[in-house]
Amino acid sequence: MSDKVKVTIDGITVEVEPGTSILNAARQIGGDIVPPAMCYYSKLEGSGGKCRTCLVKVNKGSEKDPRPMPKLVASCRTGVMDGMEVQNITSPEVIEARKGVVEILLINHPLDCPICDQAGECHLQDLSYEHGVGDTRYEFERRTFDKIDIGDKIQLHMTRCILCYRCVYVANQITDNRVHGILGRGDASEISTYIEKAIDNDFSGNVIDVCPVGALTDKTFRFKNRVWFTKPVDAHRDCPTCKGKVTLWYKGDEVLRVTGRKDQFGEVEDFICNTCRFETKNTNSWIIEGPRHIAQTSVISANHYEFAPLPVIKENQVLIEANKVEFERATKI
Amino acid sequence: MARKLLLENINVPGIHTFDVYRQNGGYRSVEKAIKSMTPDAIVEEVKTSGLRGRGGAGFPTGMKWSFLAKPEGRERYLVCNADESEPGTFKDRYLMTHIPHLLIEGMIVSSFALGAKTSYIYVRGEMMPQIRILERAIAEAKNAGFLGKNILGSGYDLELYVQPGGGAYICGEETALIESLEGKRGNPRIKPPFPAISGVWACPTVVNNVETIAAVVPIINDGGDEYAKVGNGRSTGTKLISASGNLKKPGVYEIELGLPVEEFIYSDEYCGGIANGKRLKAVVAGGSSVPILPANLILNTINGQPRLMSYESLSDGGFQSGSMLGSGGFIAFDEDQCIVRNTWNFSRFYHHESCGQCSPCREGTGWMEKVLHRLEYGHGKMSDIDLLVDVSKKIEGNTICPLGDAAAWPVASAIRHFRDEFEWHVTNPKEAMERNYGLAKYADPLPKLEEVVSEN
Ligand SMILES: Cc1cc2nc3c(=O)[nH]c(=O)nc-3n(C[C@H](O)[C@H](O)[C@H](O)COP(=O)(O)O)c2cc1C
Ligand code: SF4
Ligand code: SF4
Ligand code: FES
Repeated sequence: MSDKVKVTIDGITVEVEPGTSILNAARQIGGDIVPPAMCYYSKLEGSGGKCRTCLVKVNKGSEKDPRPMPKLVASCRTGVMDGMEVQNITSPEVIEARKGVVEILLINHPLDCPICDQAGECHLQDLSYEHGVGDTRYEFERRTFDKIDIGDKIQLHMTRCILCYRCVYVANQITDNRVHGILGRGDASEISTYIEKAIDNDFSGNVIDVCPVGALTDKTFRFKNRVWFTKPVDAHRDCPTCKGKVTLWYKGDEVLRVTGRKDQFGEVEDFICNTCRFETKNTNSWIIEGPRHIAQTSVISANHYEFAPLPVIKENQVLIEANKVEFERATKI
Repeated sequence: MARKLLLENINVPGIHTFDVYRQNGGYRSVEKAIKSMTPDAIVEEVKTSGLRGRGGAGFPTGMKWSFLAKPEGRERYLVCNADESEPGTFKDRYLMTHIPHLLIEGMIVSSFALGAKTSYIYVRGEMMPQIRILERAIAEAKNAGFLGKNILGSGYDLELYVQPGGGAYICGEETALIESLEGKRGNPRIKPPFPAISGVWACPTVVNNVETIAAVVPIINDGGDEYAKVGNGRSTGTKLISASGNLKKPGVYEIELGLPVEEFIYSDEYCGGIANGKRLKAVVAGGSSVPILPANLILNTINGQPRLMSYESLSDGGFQSGSMLGSGGFIAFDEDQCIVRNTWNFSRFYHHESCGQCSPCREGTGWMEKVLHRLEYGHGKMSDIDLLVDVSKKIEGNTICPLGDAAAWPVASAIRHFRDEFEWHVTNPKEAMERNYGLAKYADPLPKLEEVVSEN
């Protein structure tokens, strides 16, 4: 199509719809050149721009205005222009800035992964593993908060929160009358409900799925098991409230947890209702579709019986060349 | 006596009242604009004047106005930024307290030029007296037919509202201000879109500083050409400077842009020199956000030219040896002041005022403050100094709004120019608790400093 725009990211050119963000253009290319995103969530309107892990360098603004952008930009909130040239992993400046962001995200993080239910599917864990540095230079007391229950199914462990605002956008989107949001300012900000009120909404459980860290967790799964010992299985049911397409997490015959189906970028395909999530943990209630594909880079696949699908670069020779490392990693078994 | 364009009548008794203000030539520009000029002609006049935003960034006002989108059937808004909370800056408050009608007059002319039928003055919440003064002035102006329906029989309607803020520095950032004005949490928006396209209630909006809007009055009265004759190069007109610190006569001064810094500090017409017979050690020239300079570099540029109070001259030398005019908050430090302590104090402010939206600023400002606190209180390490520079670099340029930069620059510049003093705090912690480092070589003639700079 002629109205598509051409953008080049780390030397790989792709044609996308006008108005696409740099991040989404990169996701269409796939592989190592996709910037990590901790706050942007394609299903949440207005999200992104906050965590700054997706920073990239724009060397050429567009065909019309080829000037480079003066600063690194958040790829999740910057639209592509025709002829734009972007550097992500090929720019030392970007790598350095990202390292900085990761270090900064971790200075107040409790690093309590051994007792955190999110461990294994935590984006902050992945991020620090891939982009971080081994040591911290932060030598002060870390910020802590008391745990609070938001209703009887969801627990908020604010100490782990990275203030990505995703859960706030979920609440914005599922209700006209949001009762939870951010209180306070700066590093004293916290997610809270108005006087610890329960969020009373059929879809409130989705805040658990969108939370990139272990700040919002499912109380019905609390400490039941480590996620990498459980087996994810796709299933569906005829649900009057939502589409009923979920992932069931099994230990033996028992369904320990129900979540939305997450794609390779950690985003759910559809939001699911609380009845499916919290109340329907019986195999008989579900029609099983088969094992859930888990990205091979994830720790969850460590104990897994099925290897990952090849990334999008499988067929295109040019992209394979450009993404050699990623390709080899994905095909090594 | 230099020419005054804004504060000429400031000492006339009762100038805060409508009648006295009017008798002294007030509201002439409204009559002229509404009766004899088109909105576009006013915008052109402001362009000709070369007026640059007085809120900190110095963006040409006429150009900003011409960027305002004008879609059919959409409201447009003018918002006056009276949130003034930058440490060291207190000129807007002075203007609003003593000559409120100048701001109202400027708001009417500017709103007419932009086609705004509703305009707001967003005032920092702590300034309760000024809010009352403005509300009273608005009522007086309305009474006299300068506001409300059918102004001076022209068919132009304008409602002007005063909106108190909650008292957060971040609400001075224009998009945070707009959010706050809409009744939301004052988080800066991610740009683009810029307010000129989508501002208040997603309508095209111009946000201007109090002083910028007040300067429109002499521009319309005397013509943009006349205004452009005052000043120096691309820094046209006059500027209100809030002078504070160890000066003999601190206060708000209206200066012609291009005045030598030395004259501003030492002449009796302005600050009258350093208080108590002390010597000057350092100056923060444009409010706490701009780089601090040692005495020798504030009085002269690195090339040995006398430093002038203008946008260009103050930023001469870039960040290596220059600073910025910013919002005109001029803070002077004498030889008894501790730069480490001051840097810590500034960083405490930014840590407290960060909105917390983006990670580098939210976490980095607190980190810097803690390290600076440790240095100031004698527990610092040599490596802390480079750590601070590194953290400031991780923040600078990587955030949503310029508050991140504003937090990073004072720290980076203090270390750039006063590294010896930081190191002395590490090597002599006990002594540093009892006395200050003193003037050292910071006022020495320049060539010596040039060597230090070129080493970096
Ligand atoms: C953190 C922050 C605080 C600011 N505070 C103020 C302020 O108090 N008053 C002001 O006029 N501009 C302030 N600004 C600048 C405004 O964003 C904006 O540039 C200005 O109001 C534009 O007006 P001008 O073009 O007339 O200067 C601030 C900017 C930032 C980033
Ligand atoms: S609780 Fe989770 S989703 Fe909500 S802001 Fe914190 S990290 Fe983000
Ligand atoms: S830079 Fe600081 S003040 Fe500005 S948006 Fe980010 S966190 Fe908020
Ligand atoms: S994902 Fe872009 S800033 Fe967070």
